[in-house]
Amino acid sequence: MAAQIGQFALALAWVVTVYSVISSLLGIRLKNDKLIASGRNAALGTCASITTAIVCLGYLFAVSDFSIKYIAAHSNRDLPIYFKVSSIWGGQEGSLLFWGWLLTIYTALVTLQNWRKHSAMMPYVTAVLMTTSLFFTSMLLFGVNPFNQTVFLHAQSSPIPFVPRDGNGLNPLLQDPYMVIHPPMLYLGFVGFAVPFAFAIAAMVTKQLGDTWIRTTRRWTMVAWMFLSIGIMLGGKWAYHELGWGGFWGWDPVENASLMPWLIGTAFLHSVMVQEKKGMLKVWNMVLVIMAFIMSIFGTFLTRSGVVNSVHAFAQSPIGGYFAAFIVVALSASLYLLFDRLRYLKSETQMESVVSRESSFMFNNLILLAACFAVFWGTMFPVISEAVTGTKITVSAPFFNKVNVPIAIFLMFLTGVGPLLAWRKASTDSLKRNFMVPAILALASGIVLYFRGVHHFYAWLAFVMSIFVTITIFREFYKGAKARTIGTGERLIEAVVNLTFRNTRRYGGYIVHFGFVLLFIGWAGQAFTTDSQAELGVGDTMNIREYTLRMDKLGTADDPNYSAQTATISLFEWGTKVANLLPERRVYTAGPEPQPTSEVAIYDTARNLYKSDLYVVFAGSTPDNKKAIIQAFYNPLTAWVWIGGVVLVVGTLIALLPNKKTIVRRRVETEIKEEPKIVESKV
Amino acid sequence: MKRKQLKFVGGSVVIILTLAYLAYSGYQDSKSYFQTVPELYAMKDAAYGVRVQVSGDVVPGTKQRSQDGKAVEFVIGKESQTLKVRYVGKDPLPDTLIDRATAVASGSLGRDGVFTANQITAKCASKYEKEKAAGVSIAKE
Repeated sequence: MAAQIGQFALALAWVVTVYSVISSLLGIRLKNDKLIASGRNAALGTCASITTAIVCLGYLFAVSDFSIKYIAAHSNRDLPIYFKVSSIWGGQEGSLLFWGWLLTIYTALVTLQNWRKHSAMMPYVTAVLMTTSLFFTSMLLFGVNPFNQTVFLHAQSSPIPFVPRDGNGLNPLLQDPYMVIHPPMLYLGFVGFAVPFAFAIAAMVTKQLGDTWIRTTRRWTMVAWMFLSIGIMLGGKWAYHELGWGGFWGWDPVENASLMPWLIGTAFLHSVMVQEKKGMLKVWNMVLVIMAFIMSIFGTFLTRSGVVNSVHAFAQSPIGGYFAAFIVVALSASLYLLFDRLRYLKSETQMESVVSRESSFMFNNLILLAACFAVFWGTMFPVISEAVTGTKITVSAPFFNKVNVPIAIFLMFLTGVGPLLAWRKASTDSLKRNFMVPAILALASGIVLYFRGVHHFYAWLAFVMSIFVTITIFREFYKGAKARTIGTGERLIEAVVNLTFRNTRRYGGYIVHFGFVLLFIGWAGQAFTTDSQAELGVGDTMNIREYTLRMDKLGTADDPNYSAQTATISLFEWGTKVANLLPERRVYTAGPEPQPTSEVAIYDTARNLYKSDLYVVFAGSTPDNKKAIIQAFYNPLTAWVWIGGVVLVVGTLIALLPNKKTIVRRRVETEIKEEPKIVESKV
Repeated sequence: MKRKQLKFVGGSVVIILTLAYLAYSGYQDSKSYFQTVPELYAMKDAAYGVRVQVSGDVVPGTKQRSQDGKAVEFVIGKESQTLKVRYVGKDPLPDTLIDRATAVASGSLGRDGVFTANQITAKCASKYEKEKAAGVSIAKE
């Protein structure tokens, strides 16, 4: 029953989506407000329909209705309920439905929030978002319907519906709490870029290319960017503790797919300030908004179609054609529109100096785009080389690192320098005033680091840059707060808080930068990882740096869902016992073949931040089954990656808050009156 | 004004050329031919001595420790087009390397016809086949 309801809701959503697009466009054409409003209401209706469909799918998972193919392929009876529900996005059909659902939710929010404010643009915004939605619902309805029945394929007769006794189970690698939350975050990010895109198109069509659309767009881009950041971080965290190779980022196509729109979104969030402040880069910003959206779609396509594994998989995949068609249409239509509107997007000013805020933004954009391009090229190289020469050539981590490590360090440099450069042209005096102290301190720390044994060039440079940027950021807070204490009599800490909430964009942005610094430190720490492997029987020990591992017990454990070999290992640090580590090797039993996975044990440094994660993998057993093969990774500073991620998100949230209005004494007001000008543009 | 823009363009060109050079050298360092077993054989002499990732399904029952005990050997491919892989890498073999799994071995082909790999990745037979094996076949799309 639920399947029929879901099926019907999906079909209804399709019809209503078509109606919404037509009604919005026709309403504009005929200047008929009723039609336009009807188009909007239809968009809300789509949201309700798809919500119904996804609730049905969730229900089918919850009750393990294996007569539905998608349920049978991605769940099993013994799966815990939270994994059953998160199996909704465990496979292709469900995750596309999930994408489509989030899109309609965003659409509903956007229309409700902006209908009055931007009345001229909104019908177009609705039409664009609903067209995107139409693409997803069409694909779901005609290509990869999650409500299809399980059937038994028979060579001689037509397929016979049948209900398997149990399902194939969710991929064990996805049976992880992070996988419950990671895909929704990532998709909220991907989908979020549809909103700025819709506004960009609406602004171009209506020729309302002033400040309003860019302001709305900037906020939505920040929201999308924040979710994408969270999604990427959670993905890294998941990879780190689930995949068992000791790292959190491996330049896998799926990871790259999420990084590309993130890089473009980051570029846009910076260059948009140049447009707001100086009226420059208007065309460029349009291109970025369009590209961020296309890259989100492309990223979904990359993760879902299997195009990277092989071109043939792409050709066989039922969704490849849909995606290719949509990307081509969306890209060419929006670029055509952009070309047609070029004369409305003329720059109001020109760049005056290479040492200026404008130029630092431009360099920032240049290298972010270069990074995106390199990632794109590296990810797609197997496909491109196969298409062109017939031989598939892959590139791996060394390629990505060689290009992106210097880019990241240069970005770090700009992070420190950019926000303190003056617009138009920075004077030599101001350069000295702003950078002399941080530069000297950073270099001095660099010398210390060198003699403490940091000889890896890039890592050293990364640490020095991190120190430099940290000092500039803290100085900004200190200077601002100090000025406030004089004006208001607040204590310094109080002044820092007030300062931040009265100018969220600027100081929130600094916090984001600081999060990036921390992430960067954790990432640079990876230059110093070491690993070691040993076969340990009970009582055997192995050493890695200051740690000693002693195998205390080898055993087994059973769960309805899997069976496991377990190890109990005592961890000693400089000879003192600090922890018991319990790595496991699990074999998941659902599905046709048992699927083994590793549950790693991590002694993390959250308590001891300057030290290292010790990451222990139960990699296998010796042939006689008497000893366990244990791999240990010594990962310095990894905890900072996660801390940096949290700080980055907190910063973005602060930047999203509206500025707190100032109700302070008169003396300060004069000061603050001028400030917003500087303020709006920084960050 | 013009000169300033020239400076900016100059800076950009320098950055782009540097990155292009890094990309090129990174490409040289890490490029690897990705071939299936028949494709590898079709390369003939060009197949020897270059870095290759070869993919194929593990032939059931062929996985075993080599006679000297130092390596693990298994056979990938189909029918007559099979390839013996000798794994000499440091990491333990992935859990997913089981009979019929699709293995990707990175290494090079020796003149003796044995492929020496220092890295193996494997993924379970694709979802499609898994579903078939379970009797959960595909509904008409």
